[in-house]
Amino acid sequence: MSASVELDNLTVRFGSFTAVSRATLDIAGGEFFSFLGPSGCGKTTILRAVSGFLDPTEGAVRIGGQDMSGISPNRRPTALIFQNLALFPLMTVAENIAYGLRVRGVGKAERRRKADELLELIALAGQGDKLVSELSGGQKQRVAIARALAVQPKVLLLDEPLSALDLKLRQHMRAELRAIQRQVGITFIYITHDQGEALTMSDRIAVMSDGVIEQVGDGKSVYDSPATPFVASFVGENNAFPGRVVSADARMAVIETAFGRLAGRNPSRLTAGDRAILFVRPEAMVPTAGAPEATLASEVVSVAFEGNLTHLYLRGSGKKEISLSIGRTAGFAMPAQGATTPASYAPEAGLVLPEGALARE
Amino acid sequence: MSSRFVVLLIPLAVIAIFWLMARREAATRGPGHRGYFDRNGALLGTVFIALVGFWTVFLVVLPYLYMVVESFHPRLIPSKRGGPEDVLTIAQYRSFFVEPSSGNWNTIHLWAFIYTIGVSVVVAAFNFAICYPIAYYMAQSGTRQRVRVLMLLLVVPYWVNEILRAFALRLLLASKGLINQMLMGAGITDGPIDFLGANVGLYVGLSYAYLLIMVFPLYNAIESLDRNQIEAARDLGAPWWKIHRDVVIPYAKPGIASGCTMVFMLSAGSLAAPQFLGGPRTLWFTSIVYDFFFQSFNWPRGAAYAFILLVACIAFVLLMLRVFKVSLGETIR
Repeated sequence: MSASVELDNLTVRFGSFTAVSRATLDIAGGEFFSFLGPSGCGKTTILRAVSGFLDPTEGAVRIGGQDMSGISPNRRPTALIFQNLALFPLMTVAENIAYGLRVRGVGKAERRRKADELLELIALAGQGDKLVSELSGGQKQRVAIARALAVQPKVLLLDEPLSALDLKLRQHMRAELRAIQRQVGITFIYITHDQGEALTMSDRIAVMSDGVIEQVGDGKSVYDSPATPFVASFVGENNAFPGRVVSADARMAVIETAFGRLAGRNPSRLTAGDRAILFVRPEAMVPTAGAPEATLASEVVSVAFEGNLTHLYLRGSGKKEISLSIGRTAGFAMPAQGATTPASYAPEAGLVLPEGALARE
Repeated sequence: MSSRFVVLLIPLAVIAIFWLMARREAATRGPGHRGYFDRNGALLGTVFIALVGFWTVFLVVLPYLYMVVESFHPRLIPSKRGGPEDVLTIAQYRSFFVEPSSGNWNTIHLWAFIYTIGVSVVVAAFNFAICYPIAYYMAQSGTRQRVRVLMLLLVVPYWVNEILRAFALRLLLASKGLINQMLMGAGITDGPIDFLGANVGLYVGLSYAYLLIMVFPLYNAIESLDRNQIEAARDLGAPWWKIHRDVVIPYAKPGIASGCTMVFMLSAGSLAAPQFLGGPRTLWFTSIVYDFFFQSFNWPRGAAYAFILLVACIAFVLLMLRVFKVSLGETIR
């Protein structure tokens, strides 16, 4: 059983500070939906508004089509997984998992049966009588998921639950979370500042900045066709070349940058004279000359070998270096540090967007 | 050799033990470990041991030991002390149960004892009921500014002298006091209610006297509870009272035990509130002890009574900690 979640013009203010501004979107039932953004962008506020710990200043949250205003968190069909998990340290694993059932008046034997069933699901069968403190980080993580699933929520809310784990475990838990979601089939709303997590797990992603939803789409569209400079610079690595449009048509635009005229796709229909930023992904660039309006030249600052990829850093116009990620099978001769090298890209791989704020490094 | 002399030997033994412990420390630890005298120097080391020994001996051990010894002696006029009649006896303890003059059960003192313990338990429970919401508010839900104001409002009244506070309460609760006048003025009662005779003053006075002693351990315990735990319980569907029953109170149990123990002990041993606020027919156990010392100058019996109270209170507290599964160590955390 899953339910859709609709945010209708959701606005949350704390005094004069607007944490979330006019968020409107529909999350389908059974969807794995992520909110992605840097800390302080308002994503946790949205989660708290959906779970009921915060009242919206304006707008509404609807779950399964039903307006949630005035419904307290203990009566909503949602379950929240906290960033620090918030397992009850004085209860055993099974008691933790069955707590939601206990407060609903479910009998002891039935609670135990349900807890055992969920322990099976999270691959911790037979560990119900352990104390939470005896578990490892990943096991605690799974107990928190089981505890939330025990109350059969229609929507599961996850507040950066993997951030406390180490890298290997985090990658493992991504796959596991996704598998659990497929298995139980309920709506997952996932909050993260880690784009890797958002891209690998989600059906769709909402990228947020300063309380505003910048773009909603699946991982591929957010990565390949970012709608704003913020999304372009926050999701994945990107080289940004600010400048002014010198010529443009419906498809392509050419802008005058610190490295001369460079071309890129023009989805925003910019016209000559507009201030703009050209974005080119590091993996789209190669250290050779190409088409004249898709080639620049600069000094090599450093070369970093990373096994499958070699990263080449060229001097940029600002503080940030231009980065190139070159696959080892591509067969390019790497220029030496200090040398000046051309760098080019396919013009269609460039993206020209109207000037706007970039993500802070 | 008198048993009182033994008492003087014990302090010397304590100092000797401290000194030996310091000496042995260097020997038992590995060779790289610097011993107590190496760290502090011979002079300072000796001074520290002497100071700690003095403190332990003269302020803690000796007074109590002297009282214990006293309680096992008969009451004698000074000239007969140390004479043939000065023998060890349990007569003073026996007199608590059986009246020496008549040989009957000492019902008055036994009843006062039970009453004192009973009222102290009620006061501790009542205090907990009042202080738990206050402590929870201060620790979890209040804004910082409001908590500061509340803290100030809680503490400032305690700057007032205890006896003054007791008399102020008396003025409020007296037959012609403010509360009775208000009740009569509002037509709720025809005649004055005898609050003091019914010991209302005693209960209120005792509860109020130890309010802070309850609030702070509770506050300390609840304050360290992760708020996410409360929200998690709420999110899982628990109504507020189940959150308190299942999450907050189990977590704060050591603080609760600490607060209740202190209030119970202090209440059972209190003197001012029962003296000034107790009804005329009320006999508080500490008042009996007080009278033995200062009215009838029967120190041995007073000491015996005091130890009966002390041992009974400790036993009761340990029993309660057992019942509620709290270790003694946790309560003084």
